[in-house]
Amino acid sequence: MALVEARGVVKRFGDNTVLAGVNLDVDAHEVVALIGASGSGKSTLLRCINGLEAMNAGTIRVDGRSVLQDDIKLNRLRRDVGIVFQAYNLFPHMSVLDNVTLGPRKVLKLSKADADERARWLLERIGLAEKADAYPDRLSGGQQQRVAIVRAMAMRPKLLLLDEITSALDPELVNEVLEMVTELAHEGMTMILATHEMAFARDVAHKVCFLHQGEILEEGPPSEIFTAPRLERTAEFLRRTLEAGNR
Amino acid sequence: MGSPAVTSERPPYGRAPTRARVFAGAALGLAIVGGLVAAARSQETGNGFLAFFCLSLPLAIASLLYGRHAETLVVDVDGDEADEAVARSARRIAVAAIVTSAALTLGLGIWSAWNGLQDVGDTFFSWQHIKESFPDVAEGFWLNIQIFVIAEALVLVWGLVVATMRRSQGRASAPLRWFAIAYVDVFRGLPAIITIYLVGFGLPLTSLPVVSNPDLSIDIGPIHLDQLACLGILALTLVYGAYVAEVYRSGIESIHWSQDAAARGIGLSRGQSLRFVVVPQAIRRVVPPLMNDFIGLQKDTALLNLLGVLEGFNIARIYAGNSFNLSAVTGLGICFLVITIPMTRAADYLVKRDQKRLQASAG
Repeated sequence: MALVEARGVVKRFGDNTVLAGVNLDVDAHEVVALIGASGSGKSTLLRCINGLEAMNAGTIRVDGRSVLQDDIKLNRLRRDVGIVFQAYNLFPHMSVLDNVTLGPRKVLKLSKADADERARWLLERIGLAEKADAYPDRLSGGQQQRVAIVRAMAMRPKLLLLDEITSALDPELVNEVLEMVTELAHEGMTMILATHEMAFARDVAHKVCFLHQGEILEEGPPSEIFTAPRLERTAEFLRRTLEAGNR
Repeated sequence: MGSPAVTSERPPYGRAPTRARVFAGAALGLAIVGGLVAAARSQETGNGFLAFFCLSLPLAIASLLYGRHAETLVVDVDGDEADEAVARSARRIAVAAIVTSAALTLGLGIWSAWNGLQDVGDTFFSWQHIKESFPDVAEGFWLNIQIFVIAEALVLVWGLVVATMRRSQGRASAPLRWFAIAYVDVFRGLPAIITIYLVGFGLPLTSLPVVSNPDLSIDIGPIHLDQLACLGILALTLVYGAYVAEVYRSGIESIHWSQDAAARGIGLSRGQSLRFVVVPQAIRRVVPPLMNDFIGLQKDTALLNLLGVLEGFNIARIYAGNSFNLSAVTGLGICFLVITIPMTRAADYLVKRDQKRLQASAG
């Protein structure tokens, strides 16, 4: 059974249909990249998968749990589903260490000592150990985003959702974040990532899904999507993205 | 077309600098002469200085403006340096005229109103009366302090409870929302003195538990409060709870929703997100308006004299009535200032320190 099963997911904001019946399967240890133009529904789909956004129709199951708008069940589900945002969204009133340990302490009920130890170990791995007691504003964008990923990983999630995590970064800071994600992929972390970084999607993803106007028009292994897309629309999108990247 | 011979002799600004200096000199002369005349007249009528004030100060100001105008004219066309110097000296004389006339006006004002000012000093600032009344007034003020310390603690909690109720979501908590809205509307809209009157005199007449009990009291450490003071605290808490709830609400709503999303994203419940992520940031933002409301509350403890609570104002009033002198009340006013002014400074300092820590640039 797939770790994530989305069936006929529909999401509307007023008259605007953002997701028009999306089906998606993600197996454990699989990395899925969602590509598509801005407004094609990538972010909304991610937010529906961990219940931050309520669906209008359809079902999503994550590790056998149904994503329903039931507060208590959603709180339980989100322990297993980490999410990282475009704008990092670190808590500005807490130190880096407290940002990372808040979830483990309050949700997983770890002792402060245990949570701190694990957080410091994670920060050590990404070379930010000496920033543990700093406040987020003292960090560069790339450092903040890596802390945000560590914050999600500290919950030991079964699934990690990455929502255009490099879009707000200066170009020279993108790589340090992507390297971290690549490493997570090699360790077998299940991930769904919405991204504009086509080269990265090709290198790290096992499956690429092309979203257009709220539907997954085409999906397949990156070798297929990027070199021989079946649909003209996919080819056109890739062509335009490539041009924009080379400009 | 004018004659070229004449225009080449005279710069485009004409005689403006010289005229400005004459004007300023006249203003200074008038200030001095007028001052002497007014001084003579002030002994006859007691307010002759008014006529002097009406003439000399505006004239001096006008001469300063004209001097500046003249200097601008000269500088604009890079005119003669000598003319520039004249214009500048006109400006200096004008400033001297303003200072002289202002000083003379003030001096004459104080002189002619001397007796009245002495009465003001005696009525409001009689050291003897302040000193005599101070032990009693200070004892009364201690009651004000006890009242506002307890009320502030209650308001902090109660305001947050109401703000949280108002922000609660879902159909089940709709009554909570309605209650919060109605409560804030009513108690923010009522004059504080009416709430105090109704609560203080009304509740003891009812058979409600606790509040109608004449033995109701608060005893915590050095704090001892009887039923009337307790009812006063209740009334102040109701009034200021409404204000503070709105302050909290504005703070909570000023926190971007993405903070809540991030907190929910790592599995925190709605309540945990509010408690650990949203409210701590919100409170930092609302410290200054919160301090405003606290100072308002501290001052409004004096309204409880209406109920007959023997707080500072009541005692100072009794003292003032008996001695036909208001200095006891002034003394109490100073007591309030001694508390409220350092408090605002402390709050400013805390806010600044917090901002510095959070906004320190990347090192």
